[in-house]
Amino acid sequence: MTTSLPISDYSPNARGTMRFLLCELRPKGRILTPFNVISVALMLATAVILYFRFTRGIGSVTNLNQEYPWGIWIGFDVVSGVALAGGAYVITFMVYILHLEKYHPIVRVTVLNGFLAYVFYAGALLLDLGRPWNVINPIIGNSFGVSSVLFLVAWHFALYMTALFMEFSPAIAEWLGWRGIHRLLRMLTVGAVILGITLSTLHQAGLGALFLMAKTKIHPLWYSESIPVMFFVSSIFAGLAMVIFEGTISHRVFHHRLSPENARAHDAIVFGLARIAAGVMFVYLFLEIGKFVHGRKWEVFTGGWATWYLVEMLGLVVAPMILLLVGSVKRWGGVVRAAALLTVLGVIVNRLNISVIAFRWFDPNHYVPSWMEVVVTAGVLSAEIWTLRWIILRMPVLGESPAWARHEEEPETHQAGGATRVA
Amino acid sequence: MDRRHCLKVLGGAGLASLAGARCADASAGAPSDSVGVLVDLTRCKGCRRCEQVCAHANGLAVPPITSDEKLETKKPTSDKQLTVVNSYQTTKGLVHVKRQCLHCQTPACTSACLTKAMLKTKEGPVVWRASKCMGCRYCMLSCPFDMPKFEYDSPVPRIMKCRMCWERASQNQPPVCVEFCPHDALAFGPREALLETARERIYGAPGEYVTHIFGEREAGGTGFLYLSPVPFEELGFPTQLDEVPVPEHTLGFLSSVPVVDTLWPAFLLGLYLATRRSKSKHSADDNGPSHEA
Repeated sequence: MTTSLPISDYSPNARGTMRFLLCELRPKGRILTPFNVISVALMLATAVILYFRFTRGIGSVTNLNQEYPWGIWIGFDVVSGVALAGGAYVITFMVYILHLEKYHPIVRVTVLNGFLAYVFYAGALLLDLGRPWNVINPIIGNSFGVSSVLFLVAWHFALYMTALFMEFSPAIAEWLGWRGIHRLLRMLTVGAVILGITLSTLHQAGLGALFLMAKTKIHPLWYSESIPVMFFVSSIFAGLAMVIFEGTISHRVFHHRLSPENARAHDAIVFGLARIAAGVMFVYLFLEIGKFVHGRKWEVFTGGWATWYLVEMLGLVVAPMILLLVGSVKRWGGVVRAAALLTVLGVIVNRLNISVIAFRWFDPNHYVPSWMEVVVTAGVLSAEIWTLRWIILRMPVLGESPAWARHEEEPETHQAGGATRVA
Repeated sequence: MDRRHCLKVLGGAGLASLAGARCADASAGAPSDSVGVLVDLTRCKGCRRCEQVCAHANGLAVPPITSDEKLETKKPTSDKQLTVVNSYQTTKGLVHVKRQCLHCQTPACTSACLTKAMLKTKEGPVVWRASKCMGCRYCMLSCPFDMPKFEYDSPVPRIMKCRMCWERASQNQPPVCVEFCPHDALAFGPREALLETARERIYGAPGEYVTHIFGEREAGGTGFLYLSPVPFEELGFPTQLDEVPVPEHTLGFLSSVPVVDTLWPAFLLGLYLATRRSKSKHSADDNGPSHEA
């Protein structure tokens, strides 16, 4: 592992900064790892497929058709990906709004994960747009379709990505040694967090509201007027489960980047998150049961679809909820991590059910994604992981901020820290 | 939709102007003098002349009409054919059904469109505008009749559907399919007048028609209206549709947006300040392992 020097070791001028950046661009770590080989192959294949997609049309690489206009590029990449990126607004809410300092060590990595998820998964939306050159139309103002749920989602996406970038930007300033800007950016953090939570509430719900107009096309076990509420509530535990899952992986892979404090705090954080996630899942189940009873869904509770619905609700919500709760009480790390993975899976299944699987459930020629759609999805995911790794290996994300940045903490927090250290 | 109610609720939150625009846009039906087409299925002989003239008028490949293809049921319209005649073997013999975009009075597609590429014109036809569309296909997902079609095989794809020959309709000329129908199965005119005509035909020839005009109320009413000799279920019409205009399903959510966007930040700020104060009081008890990472 080559370690590079921090920017403070370079001459403090443009030339020094340039040399620092060039040095940072070099790869760190071994190059020929199984992950690298597979992910590069996937990304190259994605590039080839996208060439055909942009020269011969979407139909040349996907199985989309006139009856199924949205496939896994929307249902998995965007609708599921955004739900799983919900951790960013939940954790920032807990740390910056409720001041639950226990969770402070994971704020940065969660915000980074959220930001990259939005950039890459919402970015994958551009691949699915038939006329992507018109993507700015709803933003620049010559054609505001204000009655569209998608208009709302697009605006909230764009603004939320800005908010997430602002929340993460102090880490970039620390990496580049920009002290003045760092101070300014830190002052903006709480504002960005409040904006970000508001925007998340609406666009998480909005992704569900997109499907409200497809009333006759979604199986009645999954369609209800409360899809937006259910999407919002499930994004909370989806995000938390993803934080647990990602934390497990990044703590193995990036062990050397962790500060000892963070490594020690991690178990307590995981058990805390598991308990919160289980609580929110209970609320979700309660709402789901209410929806079922009020919607008189017993009438449509028949056949294979009823079984599939039970698999989702019992196997992928009730079971992980119990495991998260029991695991966190008994402090069984492995159980909690497995339950988190099951929860993530459950949210993906739920989103795919509404957007793809139970969509036009009556159609004998149901859409099944082509292998090229799957490869592009994997390629986008690979690109995201590469970017994430590049940033984590260079910027203070998992580890401690440089000393000068730490001294800049709010005075009261600093005092509190001093007291803790003395104690 | 009771737009007034929507305004009242949101007006209370002091957001009338913002929300008003949303409610109005999402629920505005067509003006009462909008035009439409009445399709009388008892008169259609299945000659498929309309398919031909439609293809001509829209610069698409003209379908051959010599084959037995017309007997095929459930052949959908496509990006290459904007109107299709299907044939159904029914209790009253063979019935032919011309299909195309129904030009809803309160269309799902125009309300779904985030760039206003789909537009309900004041004359009545629903049209698509290339310069605005970003190709998201949300109109296709929303349409209860699956009428907008997408050119999947083109790098510069268009959304294709019947436009009721809008350029002609705006000059009060009938669409080409109506003009060239040799059997008088299609009639063009103000929708209200067509509904009157339809009722006259039903009552004037007892037993000839089912007493239902498809499109009068379905999905809030459509510009194309159908008269049939047999129940519409037998002809593959989506009879499970309710009478609520499709966009109204999103109104509840859309009207909550300005409320959440303004009240949520205030609440969060309050929560931030409240917990900060309590924290500084108990800061000595704070044994969080790391607050400064």
